[in-house]
Amino acid sequence: MTLSAHVVVQRGSLAVDVDLAVGDGEVLAVLGPNGAGKSTVLRVLAGLLTPDGGRVALDGDTVWDDDATHLPAHRRSLGMVFQDHLLFPHLTVCDNVAFGLRTRGARRAPARAAAAAWLDRVGLEGLGDRRPGELSGGQAQRAALARALVGDPRVLLLDEPLSALDARTRLTVRAELHRHLAEYAGSAVLVTHDPVDAMALAGRVVVVEDGRVVQAGTPAEVARRPRTDYVARLVGLVLLPGTGHGTTVQLDGGGTVAVGEEAAGPVFVAIRPASVSLYLQRPAGSPRNVWPLRLAAATPHGSVVRCDLAGEVPLTADVTTTSFAELALAPGASVWASVKAADVAVYAR
Amino acid sequence: MSHRSGPKSRFWPLGRGDGGVPVPLLVPAVLAVGFLVLPLVGLVVRAPWRELWPALASPGVGTALRLSLVSATAATAVSLVLGVPLAWVLARSRVRGRPLLRALVTVPLVLPPVVGGVALFLVLGRQGLVGQWLFETFGLTIPFTTTAVVIAETFVALPFLVISVEGALRAADARFEDAAATLGADRWTTFRRVTLPLVAPGVAAGAVLCWARALGEFGATITFAGNFPGTTQTMPLAVYLALQSDPEAAIALSLVLLAVSLATLVLLRGNWLGRAGVTP
Repeated sequence: MTLSAHVVVQRGSLAVDVDLAVGDGEVLAVLGPNGAGKSTVLRVLAGLLTPDGGRVALDGDTVWDDDATHLPAHRRSLGMVFQDHLLFPHLTVCDNVAFGLRTRGARRAPARAAAAAWLDRVGLEGLGDRRPGELSGGQAQRAALARALVGDPRVLLLDEPLSALDARTRLTVRAELHRHLAEYAGSAVLVTHDPVDAMALAGRVVVVEDGRVVQAGTPAEVARRPRTDYVARLVGLVLLPGTGHGTTVQLDGGGTVAVGEEAAGPVFVAIRPASVSLYLQRPAGSPRNVWPLRLAAATPHGSVVRCDLAGEVPLTADVTTTSFAELALAPGASVWASVKAADVAVYAR
Repeated sequence: MSHRSGPKSRFWPLGRGDGGVPVPLLVPAVLAVGFLVLPLVGLVVRAPWRELWPALASPGVGTALRLSLVSATAATAVSLVLGVPLAWVLARSRVRGRPLLRALVTVPLVLPPVVGGVALFLVLGRQGLVGQWLFETFGLTIPFTTTAVVIAETFVALPFLVISVEGALRAADARFEDAAATLGADRWTTFRRVTLPLVAPGVAAGAVLCWARALGEFGATITFAGNFPGTTQTMPLAVYLALQSDPEAAIALSLVLLAVSLATLVLLRGNWLGRAGVTP
């Protein structure tokens, strides 16, 4: 059983054209910045939005395509979790969870019993009689997950399920969500702008920017080899496009970088800010990668200071607070930056 | 918060800071309150309190009051049955020509009620577009009956209900309906089990407004239904008639209507309006 979709939607200036396929028991994260069209794709999968073209198929059954097949949302076997839970405020938590069973014809008593069992599973035993307004954010999102999963849907759609929660709650709910997703047999699609959610919860990630898939792969692949500035920033790398000539890469923006592996043709160079060292004088010895740059901005970042450097090769360097104090750098100051060739990742574009 | 002093304080007589009311706004506002409240005060002051009970106990008053309450309630019921679905169509559906539809619905709000009465007569009168057919096919005559009273009141009051329910629907978060759809609810089930409960306070407020408007209806009623005690003479008509022959009775009847209106307002403020504004 799989969910496969080709979604084409024109929304104002945003042209969404995204291909997705999710297998049984698989969790696919759709990662991207706000306004990239992630939620639009999810709404099309749910049947809440009619696309302008493409095809959505569940288990090989087409539920939407250009030629008149259109199964409305309420007849698709799916569960959806929204960012701000959207529990019905006029129903008790238990009746909220039982809602999907009731609309699909279950009698009241068995529906409530199944709902209560699911409330136990998500750790809300005894809270079924409350109104959604009496729950904390984390509890409400757990109840929303129970409501989406109670009918054992073939597809589970999660629209930024953790982003409305405070940092502490997010951690625990993320761990629980991970457990429930591991037990879930259907296809799950998680939309998020938080790379941590995508890395922690999904087996595969597609990165969507401006309505297009710009990168797809396992979380580890995406984190190690970002293909756009957006992803590189998310995973904390500096990404420089260039052309490989042996162990040297001629950067598109000017300058060269020595790399550890042979590379040829169009490539990306990825540099971890922690592997960049800063000096006031040109460093002794002869490291192959050394550039005179200018400090554009410095911001404290945990135990390090993140230095944005401008010049021929724009870099970011993370230096310890102590080193930063010893360098006594003011914005605009000239520095020498160096990085070992072995610390520079290079991969085909 | 700085203390205002000197020439500025003249301009802010009701305290300093953000709570102050500038004189050019304060004076007209006070006049407006006086204009609205004084007539009611006059009504209460000049009321023949001693002869009030006998005046109210007369059989004619009881009949008119009962007829008013029954017909206003019936008009409200009809408005709910027809108006809530119309409000839903205006707020949620993608039917084309909705702006025109909304404009048409609003017409009775601005139309002089007498004109409404004439229009109803032309349609439902014995020679009317529909009325003639009704009479020839079923032998039904609508004008000058209690049914006519209910129809006239519905015509005038229905827009109030439609407008307030549509407003409530627009204010309600439509994403709850998306959530219901993902849980297997078709649009009708969603309407019954999610939308209607969510906008219930708005529907209730609209119904009270609609009922109050129907209760006070005069122009369309007297034109289309006439002024027959027992069948079509509602309280406002009785007040008007009494004013010509027995002003004291007219004042007494007016007091009754005032009391009913105030009770409605208290009900509206206390129970529904307060909650209608709160998003769940």
